[in-house]
Amino acid sequence: MEYAIELRHITKTFGSVVANHDVSLSVRKGEILSLLGENGSGKTTLMNMIAGIYYPDAGEILVEGKPVEIRGPKDAYACGIGMVHQHFKLIDVFTAAENIALVLDRREKYDLKAVKDKARAICERYRFDIDLDQKVYEMSVSQKQTLEIIKMLYHGAQLLILDEPTAVLTPQETEKLFAVMRNMKADGKSIIIITHKLHEVLAISDRVAILRKGEYAGTVETCAATEAMLTEMMVGKKVELNIERPEPVNPHLRLSVHNLSVTNAEGVKVLDRVTFEAFSGEILGIAGISGNGQKELLEAIAGLQAADKDSSVVYYPDDDRDSTAEQLIGKTPRDIRDLGVHLSFVPEDRLGMGLVGSMSMVDNMMLKSYNEGRSILTDRSAPRHLAEEIKEELGVVTPSIHTPVSRLSGGNVQKVLVGREIAAVPSVLMTAYAVRGLDIHTSYTIYRLLNEQKKKGVAILYVGEDLDVLIDLCDKILVLCGGRCNGLLDARSTTKEEVGLLMTQIKEQQEGGVA
Amino acid sequence: MDTFVAWILRAIPFGTIIMYGAMGEIITEKSGNLNLGVPGIMYLGGFAGFASAYLYENSVADPNMAFCVALALVCAFLASMAGGLIYSFLTISLRANQNVTGLALTTFGMGVANFFGVFILDGRTATQSLVYKTFQTRLPVLSELGVIGQMVFGYGFMAYAAVILAVVLHHILNHTRTGLNLRAVGENPATADAAGINVTRYKYLATCLGAGISGLGGLYYVLDYNQGIWATTGQIEALGWLAVALVIFTTWKPLNAIWGSYLFGMLYWLYQFLPTLMGFSVPGYVTDLIQMVPYLVTIAVLIVTSMRKKREDQPPASLGLAYFREER
Repeated sequence: MEYAIELRHITKTFGSVVANHDVSLSVRKGEILSLLGENGSGKTTLMNMIAGIYYPDAGEILVEGKPVEIRGPKDAYACGIGMVHQHFKLIDVFTAAENIALVLDRREKYDLKAVKDKARAICERYRFDIDLDQKVYEMSVSQKQTLEIIKMLYHGAQLLILDEPTAVLTPQETEKLFAVMRNMKADGKSIIIITHKLHEVLAISDRVAILRKGEYAGTVETCAATEAMLTEMMVGKKVELNIERPEPVNPHLRLSVHNLSVTNAEGVKVLDRVTFEAFSGEILGIAGISGNGQKELLEAIAGLQAADKDSSVVYYPDDDRDSTAEQLIGKTPRDIRDLGVHLSFVPEDRLGMGLVGSMSMVDNMMLKSYNEGRSILTDRSAPRHLAEEIKEELGVVTPSIHTPVSRLSGGNVQKVLVGREIAAVPSVLMTAYAVRGLDIHTSYTIYRLLNEQKKKGVAILYVGEDLDVLIDLCDKILVLCGGRCNGLLDARSTTKEEVGLLMTQIKEQQEGGVA
Repeated sequence: MDTFVAWILRAIPFGTIIMYGAMGEIITEKSGNLNLGVPGIMYLGGFAGFASAYLYENSVADPNMAFCVALALVCAFLASMAGGLIYSFLTISLRANQNVTGLALTTFGMGVANFFGVFILDGRTATQSLVYKTFQTRLPVLSELGVIGQMVFGYGFMAYAAVILAVVLHHILNHTRTGLNLRAVGENPATADAAGINVTRYKYLATCLGAGISGLGGLYYVLDYNQGIWATTGQIEALGWLAVALVIFTTWKPLNAIWGSYLFGMLYWLYQFLPTLMGFSVPGYVTDLIQMVPYLVTIAVLIVTSMRKKREDQPPASLGLAYFREER
């Protein structure tokens, strides 16, 4: 059997983080290989090494049996490898043809007409539907993706890597993409498709390679695979973490979310009639592949995202329910905060939301308190005491509370962020990715903080990535998939496989949603 | 009629100065660098061109005319490029803030030119020099063909060179691979990088060559417009800012710079000619207000293009942003 590409013992580290460890896999000629794995399992990093974006620390890459060095995107082109990234590499104000011409060999004559003729031939061969004179900014997402694929084929790609191509497509567009992929396969091209969606894996691919936490977990023939089997390979065996989980004491209804929908700027429903309840003294885990509506859910509750009509978020500040119930939809973020519903969101770049990097801990505390008090001068002593307190209690490692927070390490920044929200004595605390990028020790500190809040009767919404943690830390787990509520599980009795399956596959919508 | 002709004869040389400034800045901005050092660069160009020609003429017994002109052009271009190189190094290699660096360069260029202008030239000017005459030489016959001949052919060679340069730049930007790559760098350097384009090289070259072209505007000001006199150089700064405004006015297209610069020239001299033409007089304090008109027009253009939201009329998408390959 001849291989289009073979990876042997590839290892890649970023600082102390191991993204890929000793990964070996191969793609046959004329086959579609699915690369499956959870968030952060190293799929994109691995593919970026083939495409010349990163260079592996160890291991070798063989293209058609010959070892090659891929040091940059140009080398990848020369090897016949083309990658369509999640974020398209296109110039908006250029036409389709100009974008294709951009990557041409510099010695070749610049002739747009010839480019168009050749591109048109490719379109006909694989039945792409595109206007080569159209500007990219006028194109839909699906058209841009098509253009990227044409671009790669134009430059002689024999192996095409598609990074989560269906994440941005409608079901109809996905079908169209699959049809094109089958055409390319029939023409002898090899394709690697990165995806989370199990039914797509089964529908399109010949074989499935699975990565788990940066390591190679095996390859199976698609015809012999089942969803349960793939899920198990993907999530792995349950790891015991021994996170403390106190029993909820005297839970009361705190937050009742009903039919919460959010439509984003592109008109896509990112959150679709989500309904659930959160109780005091409980940690409600929210699981899901990233980008399935977690961010929107928390932001809609916090008032940062406009919710669609008919959405309802009712907040019960007191245990005595009905007299003091408040509808949160339509309130400003500050009003919602003042009611005691706090959001501590840790986005990809940690400093992006909630903290100002160039300001000290004290000033960052002041961001939430500057408008308190009656004096025309701000009160600086209270934030200073608070900063001292957080530094002491959470063990924030910093030369001084007056050091800009951007100079702190990631874990310490997160402690400051979570600490500040906790200090405000919330009655609902929402955290997203609170332990992302933290070492084990710091993660446990965060878990302990959350548990302390839980014991005080705070209702906690915990959006997390690590299924082991979700299952060990939370009382209940809500699974989001495609912006829908795909199941509500009891964390004490559920299994990793069950959560994993719900994350990757939308259940048939039941009447009236999932309770 | 005479007034109108005089107006044109004033506006076109004036426009030529800022056309050079603007063309250079268009090239620079197409690479994503917002160089606010244009006034400073024009100072550098004007001073270096003037000083080199002056010193050459006064140190050689029998100065060669062609060599003298070439020397002035080359020195002006190189000195301006040096200004662009300072800017490039700071913003591209060291990723300094582009606005701050540009403004610093303006101050720097003004300072250097004025300091050495006083120091080297010691207040002397080159009024009757060879180089000035050459720069001012009009086409024989054609420029004497009545009013039209005067209006079309009555300028020094650099006025025509500017128009030719604008056409050449238009062609390069829109019909060559270099132009395509340059525009890609200014729009989306990450994509250009992935396409195998050397982003840093393009940015350096575009910024330095752009500065060189801008600097020729300063040279033209001193040796032609200002009749070879190193004096009233304070006006170069105003002209430099006008060139920056013109870049916005042209919506980053060299061809628009041709008529745009002449229009700016007309508008700038509006205060002197329009009242005469219309037969009324305006008090002195109003003339300063009227000189604002080019800026008002630029603001109007900004409002219109922003409202129409036509993508082709927007500045390069990564203008003002430093680029570095993202590493995790």
